[in-house]
Formats: sequence, structure tokens, C-alpha cells
Amino acid sequence: MTPEELLYAYAIAREGALRPETLENLTGVAGEPVRAVPHLGLAALVGRVPAAEFDEGALAEGMEDLSRLERVARGHQRVVEELSAALRCVLPMRLATVYRDETGVRRMLAAGRMDFGAALDRLDGRVEWGVKVYALMEPSEPSGASGVDGPSGACGSDAGAKPSGREYLRRRGAARRARGEGVRDIHGALAGLAERARVYPPQNSRLSGASGRNVLNAAYLVRRERGGDFTSVVGELAEAGPRSGLRVELTGPWAPYSFVREDGDG
Amino acid sequence: MDERRLSLVDLLDRLLAGGVVIVGEVTLGVAEVELVRIDLRALVASVEAL
Repeated sequence: MTPEELLYAYAIAREGALRPETLENLTGVAGEPVRAVPHLGLAALVGRVPAAEFDEGALAEGMEDLSRLERVARGHQRVVEELSAALRCVLPMRLATVYRDETGVRRMLAAGRMDFGAALDRLDGRVEWGVKVYALMEPSEPSGASGVDGPSGACGSDAGAKPSGREYLRRRGAARRARGEGVRDIHGALAGLAERARVYPPQNSRLSGASGRNVLNAAYLVRRERGGDFTSVVGELAEAGPRSGLRVELTGPWAPYSFVREDGDG
Repeated sequence: MDERRLSLVDLLDRLLAGGVVIVGEVTLGVAEVELVRIDLRALVASVEAL
């Protein structure tokens, strides 16, 4: 370990779950081999990365560069996903958790060992599924309509060609209520199949490039062996979605990023 | 998961708001993470303005 290198931490696992072949051919965010730093029955999976790219200043700068952020994020995710496939349970670290040396990594494992042990037990054999629901744009709605009319629209002075203002509002209100109920039903059905659920803020469609307005962005913690049931219910909901003006999208399975903390908020 | 189809935004939801959070030897602080989100929005806005 030279001063020009740092340790990037990807995940925490039980030391006993690691096999010699688990880390074979596994490379990290800087193309480096991933290895284990064992301590007190736990192991942190780390890789040596150049300090010039991963020390505090470089990270703060690098995270503003979208292509670099994306490279690090995808590299981190790839390692976590491969570990997650090979082991029954890993706790993914938050992006860009970096240590000066192994002493720091072992100190982190020692300080958090009770929490990490409890989380590994709680999440053993579970994965996370992501479900997003989008409100489809209705043909009768002006583009970009999200419930707020411009000040001039309120007087109806130039609404001549449209159906009556009252009829328009009635239809739009009914469509919105149907969508709202649809979203609640979808979340209720999926939360019922999951051990836990976490709702993220809706995604900005300009960032995601998705069409429609994101009205639900949620993660569900599901036992691995129940994944088939969960995804087939998502499939049914996706098929029924357009009837309530909704599009349903599934991602996963993910390592349980969203459920590492016990209180359900991370 | 197919990496190409996995959107960066889905990834960042989890990588920046989930996972084990440690106050480590050198970690990106919460304030900077908030900055990342703001910068991402600013970046998208500036790309659209071109």
C-alpha cells in the first residue's frame, strides 16, 4: 500500500461465506482486483484505487462529471451484483466509501460489527426489486400538464374550441383519481408480497429520459425464492396499468441497498 | 441485470441514498452527495440549453 493508493470498499459479508473462487476475476471501479479484508468474522470487500482519482478532493470533483460518476457507479454496482450472486447476502456500501489503509477498514468493521451482523441475518436470502409507475400523458391533456394551470387558463377566455371547462375539469379529475387509486393499489399489492418497502422520491423524467410522469419509485425486499411470484404479480399489474393510465416498470433483482438500515430508511 | 438497460438514475437512487453509510477515513460527505444531485439536475438543464 503506497500513499498514492486508497482502499475503495464495495460491500461487507460474513468471512465464512467467502470461498477462494468468490473473488476470482472480479475487478473494481479502477479495474483493480477485489479482495477481502477479514476482521472479527466479517469481511470488507475492497480494491486498491489510485488516490489521485479517489481521495476526497478528486471524488468531489469527479462526482460532478457525469461520465466519471457513471463509470464509478456502474463499476461499484457490478462488483456488488457479482458478490450478491455468489454469496447469500452482502451489505452494499454507499457509493465512494474510501479508506486510507486496512487499519481503517478493520476499525470500521469493529465499530459496526453488531449492526452489520444483525443486518446480514435480517437480509440473508433476500433481494430487492425496484418498481416505478408512470402516469401516461392523456391525449386530452395539454403537454406537460401536472395539475397546475397557467394564470390565463383560469379565466377560460380562450377556451372556445375545447369542450366546456367544467366537462374538461371533470374528466381530468376523474382520470387523476383513477391513476391515484391505481398507484395506491399497485403499491399495496406489492408491499403485501414484500417483507419491507421503501419509497424513493419520484425521478425527474429529464434525468431518466422516461416518458410520462414518475408517480411511484419504490423498492421492495423479497425472499429470493419468492422472486418469481413477485415478478409475475408485477407483470399482471403492468398489463392492467394502461387501463388506469399507468405504466409499470420493474428493475432487479438488486442487492438490498435500500434495506441495509433497520428503520427502513436506508 | 442487463447493464445497458439499467438507468443511471435507478443506480444513483440506491448508491447515493441506500447502502451502508460509514464515516470513514475518507468518505464523500452527505453535503457533497446532495451536491451531486443538484449538479446532475444542473447538468441536464445545461445540456438541454445547448
